[in-house]
Amino acid sequence: MAHIFFDHISTTPLDPRVLAAMMPYFTERYGNPSSHIHDQGQAAVKAVDAARADVAALVRAKPQEIVFTSGATEANNLAIKGAAEGSGKKGKHLVVSEVEHFSVLNALRPLRNRGYEVTTVRADADGKVDPSDVRRAIRPDTILVSVMHANAEIGTIEPIEEVGRIAREREVLFHTDATASAGHIPLDVRAAGADLVTLSAHHFYGPKGTGALVVREGVSLESQIDGGFQEMGYRAGTENVPGIAGMGQAARIASEEMGQWAVHLGRLGNRLRDGIASSVGHLHFTGHPTDRLPGHVSFWVEFAEGESLLLFLNVRGVMAASGSACSSNLKGRDEEDLVASHVLRAIGVPSDICTGSITFSMGKGNTEQEVDHVLSVLPDIVRRLWEMSPTYLDYQKKIPQGG
Amino acid sequence: MASGPYSEKVMDHFMNPRNVGEIEDASGVGEVGNPACGDMMRLYLKVEGGKVVDAKFRTFGCGAAIASSSMLTEMIKGKTIEEAQAITNRHVADALDGLPAVKIHCSVMAEEAVKAALDDYRKKNPA
Repeated sequence: MAHIFFDHISTTPLDPRVLAAMMPYFTERYGNPSSHIHDQGQAAVKAVDAARADVAALVRAKPQEIVFTSGATEANNLAIKGAAEGSGKKGKHLVVSEVEHFSVLNALRPLRNRGYEVTTVRADADGKVDPSDVRRAIRPDTILVSVMHANAEIGTIEPIEEVGRIAREREVLFHTDATASAGHIPLDVRAAGADLVTLSAHHFYGPKGTGALVVREGVSLESQIDGGFQEMGYRAGTENVPGIAGMGQAARIASEEMGQWAVHLGRLGNRLRDGIASSVGHLHFTGHPTDRLPGHVSFWVEFAEGESLLLFLNVRGVMAASGSACSSNLKGRDEEDLVASHVLRAIGVPSDICTGSITFSMGKGNTEQEVDHVLSVLPDIVRRLWEMSPTYLDYQKKIPQGG
Repeated sequence: MASGPYSEKVMDHFMNPRNVGEIEDASGVGEVGNPACGDMMRLYLKVEGGKVVDAKFRTFGCGAAIASSSMLTEMIKGKTIEEAQAITNRHVADALDGLPAVKIHCSVMAEEAVKAALDDYRKKNPA
């Protein structure tokens, strides 16, 4: 039975070298960095400092600009709410793209309730934000622009350098959520003109429960968790030393190896994309055709529903993701909790059809053989679902016979 | 094999759906749901001598929708019109060893499909 993980946008497997780097900080070196006078505390301080330098190097930031958090959600919350509260009297207006992650979009809700205004910038059919739309949306009272680096669901890479330049010209803070991209494609926070950058360790073969917000020197940010003086006062609470050590190691490995990974993943992605295009009909690829994450192939199929595709793929040993409503939030309380992905709706995937959207996201450990296995099972799965579908039947009856 | 949030019964009916297809000279056809809501079911019934002698379906939807459709067709075959009319979504969900809370509407769709198909039958065969 195949066991093929093509869902690396949800998480990545921990690199064994990362686990090895973390292990001592669970057992032998268990010190608290705040208790730094004795040897145990000192060992923890050194581990956190080394990781800070490694994470900074991954995105060309300075070590003192790295604020470790519990993950990307916390980093996005700190960026949005912290920047809003830290901006003083400048204003109460934010600009975000409509394809941002929930941890950006939902972090805006409490701000709205407190009188902040938000302008949402549209994405085009490929999921791209137009920087000139951002320029038009900025007002004299705008304090922050937030546009993600790459979209996990459709793989599109956003023009963050141009958005950053516009934000700089208008003296507005620029936040970019690099959860899906960091450790996979090059990111230079200075070239991008980014003041705040969200990073997540478990998206580049590091541990879950650890992320970071890059806070450029001079940015005024209000802490969102009150307590002690850890993380330069931006984030109270005893540091997750093993997680941070793991994130540092994962960043070090990614800095050295992501170029090779991207070549490998680019090859796998092309093979998968071409194979699907030639074997599955009624197919629509989503996201930008070229400006996209390596090894990321996303599409939707007419007359087939996304959750059914995922379930069937899983039975055939292939694990993928879907943005269709039926596969969303299965732990919800009732059907009102099932909602089609806001990203798919944003790029104009017909909302009158609960589409068979699929995201295949490959990782450094995937192989050509695995791609070929997926290609060998997918057409049959689609065909079986079509044969059950009344909408496909109706479509076939409309085709002129013998034509 | 149970998979994700679903029972073994749901997965069995999803992977090996019973009675997929059409009945050319159906006594009654019921179509419920809407692709916009994520699922749509079309149920064909053959009624003879006051009994459902055959049932077939086509469904667009998630695993629970397909399994509910399949289970429903199994349950109503051989039943009298009155018995088929009395089937509720609860019967369908229970027969599948339960459904996740967010998927109960799929069994409701199955119940509505039988009622719609029987309404169609009665319209075509006034008493």
